Amino acid sequence: MLTLEKRPQPSKAFAYLTPVFAIIMTMIFGGLLFMALGKNPFEAILTIFWDPLFGEFASYSRPQLLVKAGPLILIAIGLSLGFKAGIWNIGAEGQYIVGAICGAGAGLAFYPMEAWFIFPIMVIAGALGGWAWAMIPALLKVKFQTNEILVSLMLVYVAEQLLASMSLGLLKNPDGHGFPGSRNLKDYPSAFNGEIIAGTGMHWGVAAAFIAVIFAYVLLNRHMLGFSIRLTGEAPRAAKFSSVNPNRIILFCLGMSGALAGLAGMFEVAGPSGQISIDFNSGYGFTAIIVAFLGRLHPVGIFFAGLLLALTYIGGELAQLTLGLPGAAIQLFQGMLLFFLLAVDLLTNYRIKFSRKEAV
Amino acid sequence: MKLTNLLATAAVALGLATSAFADDKTKVGFVFVGPVGDGGWTYEHNKGRLAVEAEFGDKVETTFVENVPEGADAERVMTQMALQGADLIFTTSFGYMDPTINVAKKFPDVKFEHATGYKQADNVSVYSARFYEGRAIEGHIAGKMTKSNIVGYIGSFPIPEVIRGINSAYIHAKKVNPDVEFKIVWAFTWFDPAKEADAAKVLIEQGADVILQHTDSTAPLAAAEAAGNVIGFGQASDMSEFKDGPRVSSIIDDWAPYYISRVKAVMDGTWESKSTWDGIGAGMVGIGDITDKVPADVKAEALAMKAALADGSYHAFTGPLNKQDGSVWLKEGETAQDYSDDGLAGMNFFVEGIVGDIPE
Repeated sequence: MLTLEKRPQPSKAFAYLTPVFAIIMTMIFGGLLFMALGKNPFEAILTIFWDPLFGEFASYSRPQLLVKAGPLILIAIGLSLGFKAGIWNIGAEGQYIVGAICGAGAGLAFYPMEAWFIFPIMVIAGALGGWAWAMIPALLKVKFQTNEILVSLMLVYVAEQLLASMSLGLLKNPDGHGFPGSRNLKDYPSAFNGEIIAGTGMHWGVAAAFIAVIFAYVLLNRHMLGFSIRLTGEAPRAAKFSSVNPNRIILFCLGMSGALAGLAGMFEVAGPSGQISIDFNSGYGFTAIIVAFLGRLHPVGIFFAGLLLALTYIGGELAQLTLGLPGAAIQLFQGMLLFFLLAVDLLTNYRIKFSRKEAV
Repeated sequence: MKLTNLLATAAVALGLATSAFADDKTKVGFVFVGPVGDGGWTYEHNKGRLAVEAEFGDKVETTFVENVPEGADAERVMTQMALQGADLIFTTSFGYMDPTINVAKKFPDVKFEHATGYKQADNVSVYSARFYEGRAIEGHIAGKMTKSNIVGYIGSFPIPEVIRGINSAYIHAKKVNPDVEFKIVWAFTWFDPAKEADAAKVLIEQGADVILQHTDSTAPLAAAEAAGNVIGFGQASDMSEFKDGPRVSSIIDDWAPYYISRVKAVMDGTWESKSTWDGIGAGMVGIGDITDKVPADVKAEALAMKAALADGSYHAFTGPLNKQDGSVWLKEGETAQDYSDDGLAGMNFFVEGIVGDIPE
């Protein structure tokens, strides 16, 4: 009979191994799923994980991995700071939207002027927009002890309405024949977030994501504030005794994750997406939650998790295209990844014991 | 079969088989905004795709990707399709407009067809359907059938397409029932069963006994069925599963004839960029079977209107018509232009009599 026994210490080895186990189990069960759908499982798995990296058209899809992973990593890094401290910002999608609106709005305010300072102003506006949106749940939590999970999540829907309003009103393209959506920033050189080096997919948002990874690593491992964040999450009482101010941690974590989500939105609207439209947001803020956990809330882990998830997106599209797999099967496959991660995670804190059933 | 698939993949990986594929078959790609099982918009586009397969059999190979967000993701999917050797790509949502133009620039030899947009290029055609003709018939039936004189209308987004539909339905309801009143709820979504059901319930609570919808799911019909004594119409698709319940007729988007003719043009080498806006006459807009709930005389009137719209003897927007603010839009006997200052393409005003503002 199998019993679970709590480990005296969480297993270090398993903390690193569980993501690998989760990926392998996802491949096995995903393969079975694809087989049940009448496809060759090996071919399907190969299409999802191999083709985007080394397939025939990899020279196109490899840069696209960075484009897709950039915002995921940027948002997930911000979220992980809060998650470490037990502060649950579920509303990154809303902060992403508001950051995009503020960033694009700041840029379009100058249209059609061309100047070097427009893009930096957009970056600042994007970060401030996301920060301000996250400050709403933060201040409500500090002042009135409201639940930040609910408030931040509900504000996503408010942000979506704001986005619709902006695409139909204030930011609507005056030359757009009455259709919703802003001017395309790709046609406005001063505001366009193009590739830094052509053909690499590397735009400023991806660069910002890399910087955020390094910054978060230093903060968490070498800085007093990072220590306070970890302490608040792991041992709230100890944090209290060592005079960590919980309100300061709440404001910092939510503010930081909001600012990074806002930046991600701004870089996306100014670059790959190009315009504010009613359906501008496509779930990065929610997917980043998966990325944060898949990466074990560790900056380097998040970096790889972001790339991995981007791979499943792009590979998933290829599988739809070349093998005719239904889109829902790909989503299921991505869901499995998180499911197995959480399931296998059990082994970090528990170990399985085989014992014979004893007679009563 | 599996072995051939495997061999084919291997061959593609070696870069040997691509041209062999492209030669004998016409490859047609479809980019879908929703799931093919949405029962509405995407479902009908997918039916058009299947009709292309049925028509040309072995001579054609179709591929599709569903649930593609508008923006950067759409651009990547289209690029992947073009790289995989597609000859013709249908992009079936308004938000794919700029991505389609961008990708078309990079692949001058690939033909693109964008639904419901207005940006054309040498290798980009645009096509849309005159759904407002169907709305005129819906409005007529609604005006005759309502007992409370309140007609509920679920709008998706306040864009010209939707505003045209509201105006057309209102004009024809008012014509047969001077006491009729329209209550409009904006759902700000194309497809969200929960939101659509809520909107329908709100309208029914406010006394509406006819529900018109410009959203794609069957949820409003389900809500009407639950309420009893409320009728509705199928949207985009026939939604005939509600035939014994609230559904009295429907507007059907029939893309099959257009898709077949465009694929044929590519095969024959006669494809040219053009702008198509067809209605009932060309068969792009279909009117679903009118059920026995509708009295025989009303049904006969509706069918007579359908015939007049089809042969062009009647235009759904025929003066005298005023705008909501009372100013003259169309003089006695004048019909609306497609493209002019107050033309149908960019319609952004309500006609006289409709209460409420178009949201911004």
